[in-house]
Amino acid sequence: MWAIARKDLAIERRTGEMLSSLLLLALLVVLVFAFAVEPERLVGPEIAAGMTWATLLFSGTLALNRSFAIERESGAWTALALLPVDRGSIFLGKMLANFVLLGFASLVLLPSISILLGTHGLDPAPVTLALTLVLGVLGIAAIGTLCAAIASRSRAREVLMPLLAFPLLAPLLIAAARATTGALVGSSPSEVQPWLAVLLGFDMIFATAGWLAFDWILEE
Amino acid sequence: MTADDGTPRAWRDRVLPWATGAAMTLAIVMVFLVVPDEREQGVVQRIFYFHVAAAWLAFAGFAAVAVASAWFLRTGSEGADRLAHACAEVGLLFTTLVLVTGPIWARPIWGTWWTWDPRLTMTVVLWTIYAAYLMLRRLSAGDDTTRRYAAVLGIVGALNIPLLVLAVRLWRGIHPAVMINKDPEAGLKDPSMVWALVVANVAMALLFDWLVSLRTRLLRIDREVAALEMEDHPG
Repeated sequence: MWAIARKDLAIERRTGEMLSSLLLLALLVVLVFAFAVEPERLVGPEIAAGMTWATLLFSGTLALNRSFAIERESGAWTALALLPVDRGSIFLGKMLANFVLLGFASLVLLPSISILLGTHGLDPAPVTLALTLVLGVLGIAAIGTLCAAIASRSRAREVLMPLLAFPLLAPLLIAAARATTGALVGSSPSEVQPWLAVLLGFDMIFATAGWLAFDWILEE
Repeated sequence: MTADDGTPRAWRDRVLPWATGAAMTLAIVMVFLVVPDEREQGVVQRIFYFHVAAAWLAFAGFAAVAVASAWFLRTGSEGADRLAHACAEVGLLFTTLVLVTGPIWARPIWGTWWTWDPRLTMTVVLWTIYAAYLMLRRLSAGDDTTRRYAAVLGIVGALNIPLLVLAVRLWRGIHPAVMINKDPEAGLKDPSMVWALVVANVAMALLFDWLVSLRTRLLRIDREVAALEMEDHPG
């Protein structure tokens, strides 16, 4: 598990492909929204929180879509399946690498989007914010890794992966955006506790589901 | 002889079509001629019998997708895979019926075609989950691996439902929608209304079962045709 995560992160550190394209795409999504809707209407903590998660979702799913591309293209997929380890740990390793990648992205995105959309009236609560980001990003990594694997064999995987991931991520998006809104206006973790509970439940269910499902996913 | 979903062939070919037709006719007669107008909502409330029946059957269908998917992963039975596929298709069709009949009712009663009520939000997200499930089937090779992936998605989709219900309830509960005046189910005062709902449910259940049995047969024939073509033109 750690080896898989380390391998993916080492590739990413050397090339920086995914993180840079992810951040650029996220910036473009913000610009698209600003052009499409009057930017004066894109103000306040709710919008900043919502935009952060929406951009993270769009750019994250596209970046995560590549997580099995290297294995598919270089024929290492069978090698992965033949590894004498529990297949669930391959999922966990991939998920962990994606979690780190998206975590980095969210640390850049949230402050930049808050600044772009105006920081007026913001009073961030660091603990709530950190909890929400960790739990939210973990859920995106879990569903994203699972859906990327499921879509990776399809001839239309670029389209299919977001189609699979977005509806499944709906509860996460709802909860993460509300909790982040709370965190941006200084709510303590207990004030947004129901949302954090949804996020935690989501992460546990889908990390376990992916871990178990990889037994069937990697079988060729 | 038995059909793919384990039901006897005579049941599927002879009994089901007639039973569905008879039950549907009875349901239509009851909904349009027998039940009285609802006191506050008037004639438009009559769509509710089919709306609710379609919703229950759609949710039962999605539960069947998860059960059949788990069964397929355990046993590798192709019949279970076809059953999951057919239930997802027919479940999606019934969800579409729910999403079409709902706004027809909501427009005169709530004054809007659509509102982000928890149930509406949940139904539309469910629709997208199973539409994506069918897209996965359609955009993949159709081999055994595809069937396994679809089965995983069929189970993961069902796992998502409780979280989805919880999230939309919390979300819309904090900002209550203005237009929801009361639960339409509270209005079944006349016993004929309850009977109409029961009959509509039975009719919709028979229709669901019949459509699923037809689809499972068609999926099996498709597969046999593909196998024959492979024999004729190997590689």
